[in-house]
Amino acid sequence: QVEQVKLLDRFSTSNKSLTGTLYLTATHLLFIDSSQRETWILHHHIAAVEKLPLTTSGCPLVIQCKNFRIVHFVVPRERDCHDIYNSLLQLSRTAKYEELYAFSYNPKQNESEQVKGWQLIDLAEEYKRMGVPNDYWQLSDANRDYKICETYPRELYVPRTASKPIIVGSSKFRSKGRFPVLSYYHKNKEAAICRCSQPLSGFSARCLEDEHMLQAISKANPSNRYMYVMDTRPKLNAMANRAAGKGYENEDNYSNIRFQFVGIENIHVMRSSLQKLLEVSGTRGLSVNDFLSGLENSGWLRHIKAVLDAAVFLAKAIAVESASVLVHCSDGWDRTSQVCSLGALLLDSYYRTIRGFMVLIEKDWISFGHKFSDRCCQLDGDPKEISPVFTQFLESVWNLTEQFPQAFEYNEAFLLQIHEHVHSCQFGNFLGNCQKEREELKLKEKTYSLWPFLLAEQKKYQNPLYNPDFSPELTLLEPNTVSFNFKFWRNMYHQFDRSMHPRQSMFNLIMNTSEQNKQLEEDIKELEAKIKQRSGQSDVVHVKKQEQMAHPAPVALKSPPCFQKEQPPVPVNDSVRTIEGSNTADNRYSELVSEFSKAEPAVVSLEYGVARMTC
Amino acid sequence: MEFAELIKTPRADNVVLHRPFHLAVEGTLCLTGHHLIFSSRRQDNAEELWLLHSNIDSIEKRFVGSLGTIVIKCKDLRIIQLDIPGMEECLNIASSIEVLSTLDSVTLMYPFFYRPMFEVLEDGWSSFLLEQEFELLSSVTNEWRLSCVNKEFSVCPSYPPVVIVPKSIDDEALRKVALFRHGGRFPVLSYYHKKNGMAMLRSSQPLTGTNGRRCKEDEKLVNSTLRSGRRGFVIDTRPLAVAQQARAKGGGFEQEVHYPQWRRIHKCIERFNILQESFIKLVEACNDQSHNMDRWLSKLEASNWLTHIKELLTAACLAAQCIDREGASVLVHGSEGTDSTLQVTSLAQIILDPRCRTIRGFEGLVVREWLQAGHPFQQRCAQSAYSNSKQKWEAPVFLLFLECVWQIHRQFPCSFEFNEQFLIMLFEHAYASQFGTFLGNNENERAKLKLPQKTMSLWSWVNRPEELSRFQNPLYEANSLVIWPSVAPQSLQLWEGVFLRWNRPSRFLEEAEEERINIIKYNKELQAKVNALRRQLAEMETDEEVLEE
Repeated sequence: QVEQVKLLDRFSTSNKSLTGTLYLTATHLLFIDSSQRETWILHHHIAAVEKLPLTTSGCPLVIQCKNFRIVHFVVPRERDCHDIYNSLLQLSRTAKYEELYAFSYNPKQNESEQVKGWQLIDLAEEYKRMGVPNDYWQLSDANRDYKICETYPRELYVPRTASKPIIVGSSKFRSKGRFPVLSYYHKNKEAAICRCSQPLSGFSARCLEDEHMLQAISKANPSNRYMYVMDTRPKLNAMANRAAGKGYENEDNYSNIRFQFVGIENIHVMRSSLQKLLEVSGTRGLSVNDFLSGLENSGWLRHIKAVLDAAVFLAKAIAVESASVLVHCSDGWDRTSQVCSLGALLLDSYYRTIRGFMVLIEKDWISFGHKFSDRCCQLDGDPKEISPVFTQFLESVWNLTEQFPQAFEYNEAFLLQIHEHVHSCQFGNFLGNCQKEREELKLKEKTYSLWPFLLAEQKKYQNPLYNPDFSPELTLLEPNTVSFNFKFWRNMYHQFDRSMHPRQSMFNLIMNTSEQNKQLEEDIKELEAKIKQRSGQSDVVHVKKQEQMAHPAPVALKSPPCFQKEQPPVPVNDSVRTIEGSNTADNRYSELVSEFSKAEPAVVSLEYGVARMTC
Repeated sequence: MEFAELIKTPRADNVVLHRPFHLAVEGTLCLTGHHLIFSSRRQDNAEELWLLHSNIDSIEKRFVGSLGTIVIKCKDLRIIQLDIPGMEECLNIASSIEVLSTLDSVTLMYPFFYRPMFEVLEDGWSSFLLEQEFELLSSVTNEWRLSCVNKEFSVCPSYPPVVIVPKSIDDEALRKVALFRHGGRFPVLSYYHKKNGMAMLRSSQPLTGTNGRRCKEDEKLVNSTLRSGRRGFVIDTRPLAVAQQARAKGGGFEQEVHYPQWRRIHKCIERFNILQESFIKLVEACNDQSHNMDRWLSKLEASNWLTHIKELLTAACLAAQCIDREGASVLVHGSEGTDSTLQVTSLAQIILDPRCRTIRGFEGLVVREWLQAGHPFQQRCAQSAYSNSKQKWEAPVFLLFLECVWQIHRQFPCSFEFNEQFLIMLFEHAYASQFGTFLGNNENERAKLKLPQKTMSLWSWVNRPEELSRFQNPLYEANSLVIWPSVAPQSLQLWEGVFLRWNRPSRFLEEAEEERINIIKYNKELQAKVNALRRQLAEMETDEEVLEE
């Protein structure tokens, strides 16, 4: 516990700050300011802690979080600062899974609730929903004991004609044994999205089993004889891989395949792209042109567009040409997960519902071994493994929700909340790198699943504009991917910088109004029932009264009038329409006062006059 | 002149109309004196397109065999293409459009011929008189007076006949001050902040010249708006260097020695061709669907449009801040005081004055701070983003203002009585209209053209209940606070409703907007119903109680 700590505003150029007390708990860092407002930061969310050079007011400490919160403390004594710094470094770096928050987090669920929570999403059920197993596709037990591929789930769906030797042979020819398996089956078109890793083709190697495997996939589609093989990497990268004995499919060796590169960059490019983006957006007194050129130089939106373009290509191949598509990148767990899941999201409206989206993440990301632990740096590990691949997926989905405001049951808050928990290590779902690892960690016994908690507070994540009839079950969502449609996701990268957000939230207003509408509908039903009941009663009473004037009135009528207990509907409007930044205390324009009185030169230069105070 | 002489081919059949995101339609093209009319009589999909010639910004023609193609680029940024069979017809039509869309004489413009098909409930020409504004002002302060010194437009040709000035300054002094200010635009009241009695004045630059001329009356005028012992701020919309250069041409700025109670702040708000070029570049960037991400972002950046937006909003916030937070009076001017000055004073009022965020209040603001204040609409809006002519006086000054309002609207979606469509409608009418409101460059010209007698006012049309309902914001709830927008680049957005309007399918966005409105409307219905039921129930209960007794 350290007192008299100042929390600086990230974008203010003056030294306005909140003073309060900083506490370190086993799991969180807590700051309570003088007006008792609390800021909680989970240690696992801390991406970096930095001590800046000593200033007159104390020792500055900057904490960067994985959810893009950046806090800037000034600790009065350097020793305290040093202590906090060291503690945070230790607390934010965990060496063992068992030390993660999820293993100590206790949401007061009993055991059966915990088990039920983990059973909420059942992938076997999901494949059944898609229509497999069927005449062409079956469940394979080849990987039941993780013998063929450690990073795949136990249960895999493959073409019926793919025998075990073919599977084994193919897996030996694929990087990390990740042979082609079913990711999504489109029952109307009878076409499939399959995924795998790159072939170990080098410059000339072939594998008959692998060729058979691909043939089996294209034959499992009765409506189209050719299939696409999408290599999601840039061609140059794929070619370079050949030197290491890896590479891509030679069209001459595989019958009826159409090979296509789509050029999504690798995890390292993505990591540095995000870093550049954050550097730019974190600059104080940023000019419009520096922002735009920074946005351009970071390449971030270009990458998002590339991912979405690939998904559109995939979805169109299925929906328009009824062709099956095999997707891979290098290891088949980053770009492949992005493209397969987004493609399915475009094809199948189920994934645009709250529950469907959970299923999609469980299927294409968790079960197929997207390395959440490495990519999100859950344990202290190789910084080169960190990459915002999943964040990009969420951002692509957000872009779609912007273009199709009525097509999604969930809202932006849902995406942000999932992002939060992918990094929080509070729930077991995203721990570890693959299913095998998760089983070894006994996550289902020792930790809780995130999904039931999200479902419990579903109301918060519902899109009030959602129209379930927007697109019939299997109609393709066709986003426009012209560059100008891609916008900077302010609510993700500046979610904690409230001064940048609209001061009145149209979204909240619509959310609350829609919620209130449901309440009002209930009220009306209730009132109508009462009126009906009462008018019946009063008729009776009326009759009775005439008959037996001498008798006292029935007791029932003496109960307090029932309308009194019904308070007027929640005055949402008042709370919704609060305007941030428009009361005096909140308003940073007032900082000018001191500046004016200090500045006495002939010409007051206020280049950043207002900008400084607003951002 | 007879329009018929200009129209050699008044009608062509089997013309095909192409528009982005629409199927091509075949139909008949007709030219009238003021309109290009395309109508298709297809059974299933009859539709008509009426385009004002004055809305046409540029026209290109090309031929493939005997099939001619005309590409029409409009001032509202829409682009349409017409395939016209027959070379002669096509040439005739193209040349007619060219002539009719660039008529020199104002009196040949459509507003002089337009006969409204609606009943005029209220004459918009007299809806917003300065006298009424002054009456409101008089109810809170008596420090100001209405001056008719400019009755004959002789003191300042670009000012209206009546202006509001400090009470202590007589007309004689005003005449002297007018001589000291560029174009005779002496400081007048732009806005009075009731909350603290501070005033915002606007004028043009003082004519100090190189030898530092001064004018005692001018000093007295501006000082008379200050509380004793308090300071004021002069917001000069030009950078210091530009203001200094202006002295060589007889202009200048308020020097400290002569205006010791005033602090001068220089801002950099661009004008004229710099804005026009920015506008053209932005529209070019938005119209090219083939740009990859890097190219799009660099084109957006190179257009500088959002930089202008940020600068302008910043200057307006600064002016508002000086008034509301510093409790200081403010004088705003640039060079002529007809462009950037008006942008700043009108935006500051949007921020400060809740009245300006209502439909009527905003219309009043446009009338006061733009039309009566002498923004040369006819010059500035003669051409839009597709013009080839590099005229010095064309500039999207008003559009920038509207976009800044839109940016604030985005940040305070519940604080405005009007919606985005209202702003877009004003943009369209400023560039091409059947109404006379935006014709002429100032009140003097409008009076000479007898616009109030000969044309219909835009406000007569907009303020009819039928039309008004299209422009109302269902989320509006009066907000009496000052609204401070964020000007961080991350908070600013491209105005898609104008710049991407014709470049992308917008059906899903429109449907979503409709759904939002429905939710709000439904809420109001439900509230009303619940209240009615409650009342009914309460009545029943009291009846029963009465019965019981």
